[in-house]
Amino acid sequence: MPLLRQSVVGFVLAVWAFGPASAQGDEGIVVYTSQHAALTQAWAAAFTEETGIPVTIRKGTDTVMANQIIQEGENSPADVFLTENSPAMVLVERAGLFAPVAASTLERVPEEFRPASGMWTGIAARTTVFAYNTELLDEADLPGSMLDLAGHDWEGRWGAAPAGADFQAIVSALLQLRGSEETADWLAGLKRNALAYRGNFEAMRGANVGEVEGALIYHYYYFGDRDGTGESSDKLALHHFGDEDPGAFVSVSGAGVLASSSHPDAAQAFLAFVTGPGGQAILRDGDSFEYAIASGVEAHPALPPLDGLDYPKVDPSLLNASEVVALMTASGVF
Amino acid sequence: MLLQRDTAPFSPAGSPDATFPRRRHRRFPAHPALLAAALAAAAVALIPAGFVLVVLVQTGWEIASALIFRPRVAELLRNTFLLEALAVPLAIALAVTLAWLTERTDLPLARLWSWLAVVPLAIPAFVHSYAWDGLFPTLRGLAPAVAISVLAYFPFVYLPVVAQLRRLDPAIEDVAASLGNPPVRVFLRAVLPQLRLAIAGGALLVALHLLAEYGLYVLIRFETLTTAIVDQFQAVYDGPAANLLGILLVACAVGVLALESLLRGDRRYARIGPGAARVAPRMALGRAWPLWMLLPAAVASLSVALPATTLLRWLWRGGADAWAWGGGLGAALGQTAFYAAVGAALTCLAALPVAWLSARAPGRLQRLIEACHIYVGSLPGVVVALALVAITVRVALPLYQTVVTLLAAYVLLYLARAIIALRASLAQVPVELEHAAIALGRPPLVAAVGTTLRLAAPGIAAGMALVAMGITTELTATLMLSPIGTRTLATEFWALTGEFDHVGAAPYALAMILLSLPLCVILYRQAVGAIGR
Repeated sequence: MPLLRQSVVGFVLAVWAFGPASAQGDEGIVVYTSQHAALTQAWAAAFTEETGIPVTIRKGTDTVMANQIIQEGENSPADVFLTENSPAMVLVERAGLFAPVAASTLERVPEEFRPASGMWTGIAARTTVFAYNTELLDEADLPGSMLDLAGHDWEGRWGAAPAGADFQAIVSALLQLRGSEETADWLAGLKRNALAYRGNFEAMRGANVGEVEGALIYHYYYFGDRDGTGESSDKLALHHFGDEDPGAFVSVSGAGVLASSSHPDAAQAFLAFVTGPGGQAILRDGDSFEYAIASGVEAHPALPPLDGLDYPKVDPSLLNASEVVALMTASGVF
Repeated sequence: MLLQRDTAPFSPAGSPDATFPRRRHRRFPAHPALLAAALAAAAVALIPAGFVLVVLVQTGWEIASALIFRPRVAELLRNTFLLEALAVPLAIALAVTLAWLTERTDLPLARLWSWLAVVPLAIPAFVHSYAWDGLFPTLRGLAPAVAISVLAYFPFVYLPVVAQLRRLDPAIEDVAASLGNPPVRVFLRAVLPQLRLAIAGGALLVALHLLAEYGLYVLIRFETLTTAIVDQFQAVYDGPAANLLGILLVACAVGVLALESLLRGDRRYARIGPGAARVAPRMALGRAWPLWMLLPAAVASLSVALPATTLLRWLWRGGADAWAWGGGLGAALGQTAFYAAVGAALTCLAALPVAWLSARAPGRLQRLIEACHIYVGSLPGVVVALALVAITVRVALPLYQTVVTLLAAYVLLYLARAIIALRASLAQVPVELEHAAIALGRPPLVAAVGTTLRLAAPGIAAGMALVAMGITTELTATLMLSPIGTRTLATEFWALTGEFDHVGAAPYALAMILLSLPLCVILYRQAVGAIGR
């Protein structure tokens, strides 16, 4: 059957053309990222332009990417790992899969935004906020602390995206600051009181359309929407808990070089670039609205300066993802 | 009984069957090579179940029972059960009513309504949900979940019912009518029972899809076992809790399969004599026709016009800027088309041995093998992907995150679709023709390929179209298994909606629909074309 033969030949050609070509080349580095796709791409493009080293990106979410690296172990194709939050970095660090970050890179990052071990470094930061609907909630009635949201009077009134790594970072900060008993109590209140959304953006929009009065999210969703169509945040204002409250937690996004990397120099150069003036300027001038933290680069002008937010000091390398998940499972959030 | 016969969702209206008596009770011995191939495919299909069981054993009963018997799981099971119990009967009722209106009444524009009842198939379920969510951001919970599920999935029942209606001999209805039954009772007592296989087959597909559906429910915040598994996976990776929920999901799938075989019954539907059925008369709706037309019009506006206008609104608002991702869109389109084509071909190839056995050598062993193939279709992409991640990483690392593994996942996920389409079209090819070819000197393999497969080709094409449509919109397994740098339309769409970029996501949704539409046409043609009105 000529038709059959033709289709077989066609498939073979197609596999040959598409298949192996889409795998990573020998040149350049592979970056596993759970950071925003657009931000990672902007970094990669600028890095390639500066150094000539091509970058291949694999996008995922914090926990999935971290666990994938752990599963892959020595054989991981990844050279660099970028995250949105610290707990995923801690997972990989505890598996012993990171190579130490070059001292010259660490010097660019303030100590509070990187682990003491020096196995990875902070590259950006995001702050926890309570975005509330100003038509439904008066400023005077705002919760004084994130812990208040677990009270019975807040039942059905607020939203969050508890399944996401962002939220788990907040809970891990709570765990670090207040211990497991208080965290378990708070999670029971979360399960009872909060509407669970797919993501932070949906939670924010839920507050904007009045499904809930407020949402516990990271700041950049609000600023990103304000900068874009604005239609999911036009009735909202941001409440910063301040006062070193767990709800004022600043989450550090991390970057590390894999010990198994076959291009360690290029990988270290990528970290140096991201934490350097060029990489941080992309945070300041781009539309990711994450905080620049390194090389003395200032935050995006739309953002309130970190200094004034009175956030709690948490060592990012102590954030315990697995205990958080166990507590969240026990409380029925998962 | 997971058996032969014309249960195909989109089986051709079987003209060969009308000319040759079907010999239901005659079995042909299974060729050993064929049996071996079917067994091999079954073994591969059992990998996800095996993986889940290994995890269960490794977890130990104490931890497992603590994770299974908790209020959260009861909540998820209740949601999943209510969803199935409401959405599946509603989808059946809607599909049968529409099929009756478009096939058996003089409803104006019947052809148009018929097409519009198939088009929702080309719109991915999560795009339906995304459109509703865009219009009514506070749609939450069971009722909208049921409504959107019905709108997105009822064509899976509509198509086979239409196909079956077209092949029915109206003489049976004439007899019923001559016995003094009013038209409604004729439909209920003479026609409906004959649709039983078509309805059962379509309902099975719907039920399994609802079990595995993820994106649709996440967007409207309705939690099912599958969404919980994905949540767990995102939080813990392959922790025991996710895998134990996976076991529950497998149990649900087995329950659905059992229910379907019960529903399908074991009656004989074949016609003994040849005979040429005339075209069934259409019932006059009389002056009430505008009232009747409200139904297809309402369904079409909710299941086609609503998603389409929402998408167009986003596209309009995005203007040329939304297409500035042009390069990304083109690459995603190319990769999606590649995976859909190759995945569909491989899946049908893998389904062929067992489908052949189903048609030619049914029996207890064959049924068992077939069940091993089909249960995978009920697993969410996540469970299959988890299993493949664990296995490739531990045993076959060079295959990890390669095209091969992703294609294997697609084959596993869509085997059920392929089998259901293939076995019906193979069953409708009279084995006598193949025997005649052999008697005329063709080697058996040539006779099988040149005669039987060629006659079954339209059904096989429909099976491939079904699989290709599934792959085009597959999300969760693709996210976890794709090679570095791979971006399909579905993953890009999901990433963009997750990054609050509805405008940027719209072109990807449109591309998925445009890619699926021709497949939809193939299915429709295949289902209703053979009689060729």
